[in-house]
Amino acid sequence: MSGKQSDFQAARWNEELIMELSETGARGIVPPAMDADIAAAVGDVVAALPAGARREKLPQLPEVPQHRVLRHFMRLSQMCMGFDVTTDMMGTCTMKYSPKVHEHIARGAKLADVHPLQGEQNMQGLLELMYRFNKIMCQISGMDEFTFQPASGAQGIYTNACLIRAYHESRGELAQRNEIITTSFSHPADAATPSVAGFKVITLMPGEMGYADVDALKAAISDRTAGLMLTNPEDTGQYNPHIREFVDLVHEAGGLCAYDQANGNPLLGKVRAGDTGFDMCQFNLHKTFSAPHGSLGMGCAAVGVKDFLRRFLPRPLVAEADGGGYRLDYEQGEGIDKIRAFIGNIPAMLKAYSWVMSLGAEGLRAVAETAVLNNNYMLKSMREVRGVSIPWPANNYPKLEQVRYSFEQMFKETGVTSHDVIDRMVDYGVQHCMPSHMPMLVPEPFTMEPGESLTVAEMDQMLAALKAISDEAYSDSEKAQGGPYNASTTRIDSDVPEDPDCWAFTYRAYQRKKGHWTSESRRKIERHSGGY
Amino acid sequence: MAPLRLGLIINPIAGMGGAVGLKGSDTAEIIARARELGAEPQSPRRAGEALAAIYAASLPLNVIAAAGDMGEHEAREAGFWPQVLGTDLEGDTVAEDSVRAAKAMAKMPVDLILFAGGDGTARDLVRAIGGKVPVVGIPAGVKMHSAVYATSPHAAARMVLRYMRGGVPQRELEVMDIDEAAFRGGAVSAKLYGYLNVPYLPDLVQGTKAGGVSSDRVSLAGIAARIVAAMQPGQLNILGPGTTMRAVANELGIDKTLLGVDLVRDGVRLAGDAGEKIILKHLKDAETDSAAAIVVTPIGGQGHFFGRGNQQISAHVINQVGIENITVAATMEKIASLRESLLHVDTGNQVLNRELAGWRKVITGFQTESVCRVAI
Amino acid sequence: MSDNKGFSHPYVPNAEPGIRQRLLKTVGVASADDLYASVPDALQVKGLLDLPDPLPSEHDLRSHVEGIIGQNVSCRDHLNFCGAGCWQHYVPALCDEITGRGEFLTAYGGGTYSDHGKNQAMFEFQSLIGELVGMEVVGSPAYDMGAAVNSAVTMACRITGRRGVLLSGGISGDRLSQIRGFTKPVADLSSIGINPATGLINLDDLKAKLTPEIGAVYFENPSYLGLIESRGAEIAEIVHAAGALLVVGVDPLSLGVLAAPGDYGADIVCGDIQPLGIHMYAGGGCAGFLASRDEERFVSEFPMILMSIAPGVEEGDIGFAWSTMQRTSYDKRHDSEDYAGTTQWLWGIGAAVYLSLMGPQGMDEIGRGILQRSRYAAMQIAKLKGAKVPHLDGAFFKEFIVDFSASGKSVAEINAGLRAHDIFGGKDLSGEFPMLGQSALFCVTEIHTKKNLDKLVDTLAEVLS
Repeated sequence: MSGKQSDFQAARWNEELIMELSETGARGIVPPAMDADIAAAVGDVVAALPAGARREKLPQLPEVPQHRVLRHFMRLSQMCMGFDVTTDMMGTCTMKYSPKVHEHIARGAKLADVHPLQGEQNMQGLLELMYRFNKIMCQISGMDEFTFQPASGAQGIYTNACLIRAYHESRGELAQRNEIITTSFSHPADAATPSVAGFKVITLMPGEMGYADVDALKAAISDRTAGLMLTNPEDTGQYNPHIREFVDLVHEAGGLCAYDQANGNPLLGKVRAGDTGFDMCQFNLHKTFSAPHGSLGMGCAAVGVKDFLRRFLPRPLVAEADGGGYRLDYEQGEGIDKIRAFIGNIPAMLKAYSWVMSLGAEGLRAVAETAVLNNNYMLKSMREVRGVSIPWPANNYPKLEQVRYSFEQMFKETGVTSHDVIDRMVDYGVQHCMPSHMPMLVPEPFTMEPGESLTVAEMDQMLAALKAISDEAYSDSEKAQGGPYNASTTRIDSDVPEDPDCWAFTYRAYQRKKGHWTSESRRKIERHSGGY
Repeated sequence: MAPLRLGLIINPIAGMGGAVGLKGSDTAEIIARARELGAEPQSPRRAGEALAAIYAASLPLNVIAAAGDMGEHEAREAGFWPQVLGTDLEGDTVAEDSVRAAKAMAKMPVDLILFAGGDGTARDLVRAIGGKVPVVGIPAGVKMHSAVYATSPHAAARMVLRYMRGGVPQRELEVMDIDEAAFRGGAVSAKLYGYLNVPYLPDLVQGTKAGGVSSDRVSLAGIAARIVAAMQPGQLNILGPGTTMRAVANELGIDKTLLGVDLVRDGVRLAGDAGEKIILKHLKDAETDSAAAIVVTPIGGQGHFFGRGNQQISAHVINQVGIENITVAATMEKIASLRESLLHVDTGNQVLNRELAGWRKVITGFQTESVCRVAI
Repeated sequence: MSDNKGFSHPYVPNAEPGIRQRLLKTVGVASADDLYASVPDALQVKGLLDLPDPLPSEHDLRSHVEGIIGQNVSCRDHLNFCGAGCWQHYVPALCDEITGRGEFLTAYGGGTYSDHGKNQAMFEFQSLIGELVGMEVVGSPAYDMGAAVNSAVTMACRITGRRGVLLSGGISGDRLSQIRGFTKPVADLSSIGINPATGLINLDDLKAKLTPEIGAVYFENPSYLGLIESRGAEIAEIVHAAGALLVVGVDPLSLGVLAAPGDYGADIVCGDIQPLGIHMYAGGGCAGFLASRDEERFVSEFPMILMSIAPGVEEGDIGFAWSTMQRTSYDKRHDSEDYAGTTQWLWGIGAAVYLSLMGPQGMDEIGRGILQRSRYAAMQIAKLKGAKVPHLDGAFFKEFIVDFSASGKSVAEINAGLRAHDIFGGKDLSGEFPMLGQSALFCVTEIHTKKNLDKLVDTLAEVLS
């Protein structure tokens, strides 16, 4: 790829929906044969079902021969920009190489075909893995015990909120301590999950440095403070240097502090949640620890706590067994209610463990420092891109692992928005960046996190693409606003997914409603611009 | 897509004072002075920028322009074939021409009015059409205290184009009335003049993924419920102007002066559109054992919760009530729309201003608050 | 690692000393440490973490990790009759093939234009589940079935404006725990009594508890204990008459032969998709789904990403986009009543492949096959001395209770005996449902041959004697 021009062309299969590939009588797979003796012994089991339970009509699933199913999904996979295929610098996502060897290990029968209740003595490998990884995570974070039960970062943060709730409840203070403090640039889950857990949420707006002031925190703290839940560095890639003071102030007020380490990549081996004074933390194993993102999951969170909170962790916990080996401790005690079924997202945990074992302590430090160095390398060049500005000029600290840029200048001068750039990037064969989570405080936001996996040439390629788009914005703004041109699909009518009369989440709804898409009487629906 | 009917009104002399250091272009005297100093009309050029950007998008559009240099010329320059209202006038235009053109456009009706000017032009539109037709403002005047302007001609063009694609929600945004004479004397004395309906695009970003911080309706209801729940029996509540305070009144089931300060006690309105004197009188008469309370929301493009549109709540009043009894409420969307999410105060008393500056909890919903920076 | 020495490793190319020096020079700092100026020195780790010695060689790493998990026993080479929320079904080769595709495996937050394929696969997942359950709105996968149930019952409460939730008394202890934890701030839970003879909910008790405070009624079909509920329509009527909404939890694999809840009056349907072509992964394969009718009042309460189809610019073109994100916690932040995040989309894609392969015929055959095999096993076990199958006369799918109380042996002892013969027995229910005595929940699926089942029965006979 030349980089300067967008000669990338995405696969455009115009692949029909699987339902449209159906031909009566086609078989994709045949279930295991029925044994004649069994059939004779039990009779017609379906007819024997009570009328109210029996399905009268077969479900209208498509009938497609096996090779066509394969081709269908293979083609769909080709119309996807996974990290395996191309550069992805989506901010806050910490995209990085997910080593293939992990996949091959995890898919072995010794992990894939293990039943969670098959008995401790039959799962010693799994338990040992969890035990070892627990120890490793404690070292990395400065915490004393981990659970891997939550199935995503958001669920990990929710677990933190539940732990804070349980703690205050155990001290009879929950009725009074019902406020959680967070910041506007922490991940939305840091505000959402305490709300779900029943807390009032106070959001600190940023000062001129782009992070919250100590004075802002002081205005928020009271005897109603249950805790502090935030991300640091925040989704802007800026580390709040007053974090220790934050933690101390909240502790003084009687609250607990939860560290959302979704942006923990730059801190591996450099900064620990425990040393920073936090009582608990959570890591995204499918971000920082290389477990693959899985098209938005296979998620897994590692939630760690200091010793005094261990008793509140959801069960079961992995412990050493008397006489050697490991066991699962199901003793409920003061443990909070289950967050998710069984023990957790085991394959993600295995991959995270393997990644750390491959790199070691020196390697983790190299990962963190390289992620930061790569980001600052990108930043240096991005400053030269016409139309780009860096918010919060008062903040002279180097950014850590990501930068929230602003294309406001470009917009003022050309009318091209950051969303236009995001859409146009796809034509250069790279995954697009994210603008910003809500609230969108930075005008025309654009957040990039290169991570530590990429080569200099790959970073240069991304820079060349963005520079080319900027040049285009200033010379042919209409073209810059009309992308993408070479993507897997043409531009869509983006009102349809927002209109209750038009939206369709299933094939059935699609068939019923698509006639309305071209109707003259389509309502004007309200739409809000936003990020995700 | 059916062609959008776009009304166009340009105040050709708005903004002439600014470049030569004069404030406002209102009176014929000021305009003459400006011309002497070599001032050039600003708003036609800025309107032209916006119109060129709209034209370049090649979308179906019927432009209905006020005659002559109030829109017709710029529309033709940009490549449009406008329908023209009214006749060309000699000399400098009068505000009445804007009002006349706007009224005619509202009657047709047009789908959207694009206007270029300053606070004065915005006030003309309030008088002419109020909230009848949504408007997009191209900033071209000196006095930009009203919240109704886009951030740039390009932003204005973008808003029009987005609005054309359909389904953009509207918001009521404040139009301010600055005392001209006082302003030229260096003081800012602003009243809330009224509201215009403006397409709502806080960051003017059009994404394929839709979403917004909890919709205004939900937040306003939550804010109102929270404030009403906090009202004490016998307490004198001084409610400032604005739509957020109107939501509080709705929650109580009482009327509220949109543009002024009302006094409420025990769910009953004691006084509507009260001036400073009336407020002070009620404070004196109030029962001494239940504190009074001030409840306000930021007004105007700069997020002032004291000093723009509510000077009746003077420094004197504030000191009587006590700053610990002040509640500020705003939706997260309002806060996010302010430059650097900054709120402002301008009570006229520097000591009080400094006490109010710093960080403050702002109610953003039933169970939520944001801690925002307040600047002087 | 010092800047001069660098760090050489296949995963971090720019840590190689030469490249690092170049980057430092370009950025204009002497050392990488300078880039951490915003982090107070007191907070920085001095030296290296105390971690195990690294294994940078892929061969060495693989040996090490496989050595650890090699201690596991796999259900691939043991007979497994344990289910209880995670089930051993056959995973078609194509499912493994597609969920192993790097493009799907490593995609993430791409949108309409960059990840069209992933979006289509997700829309197809939603569609195929919709067909099974009889609903026109299906969301992207939930964290697990419990999360889907949580979202469903609290949705129902918000829609009806009521706080009460009635849960079937037959749900698992773990499920109840998950629901209790999540609904604590917003709902009041009570339990519907179970008729001991049938193992199904007691309708009289349901009626008695359906006060005007009840917003949601939840039962599972088949139940946690395997029993099939046939009074769905009647229950729906009772629930609706009281002004509440009916939430039904299902095993989607049963819906080739069992009635779709959408057809008998359920308002919201949820379930686990793990049986649809996803390995057990010791519970890691669990993923949930949520479905409802296409009505605004339901859709607006869905917490997760909803993938909608949309027309493209050219005739016949289609594309996909996330719909109405202002519903979700991403946009609502502090105003959220539920939360969304990375869930289990990869398993959703696997389930889409599975259902595409199976088709209506396959789903009918597998449903039949499971009904037959589980009934056969139950019949044979019931003949054993010391074992009773209390619901043998009822209808059950895949799972059934075996009561060993008469044998004088505990389930733990019996399972130990089975294990000695490389068989994993049913889940021990004696702690969870003490009123059932020494009972176990046996799970029989399409992978079990007659030989397997006869072996189970023979071994049980031996263990029980």
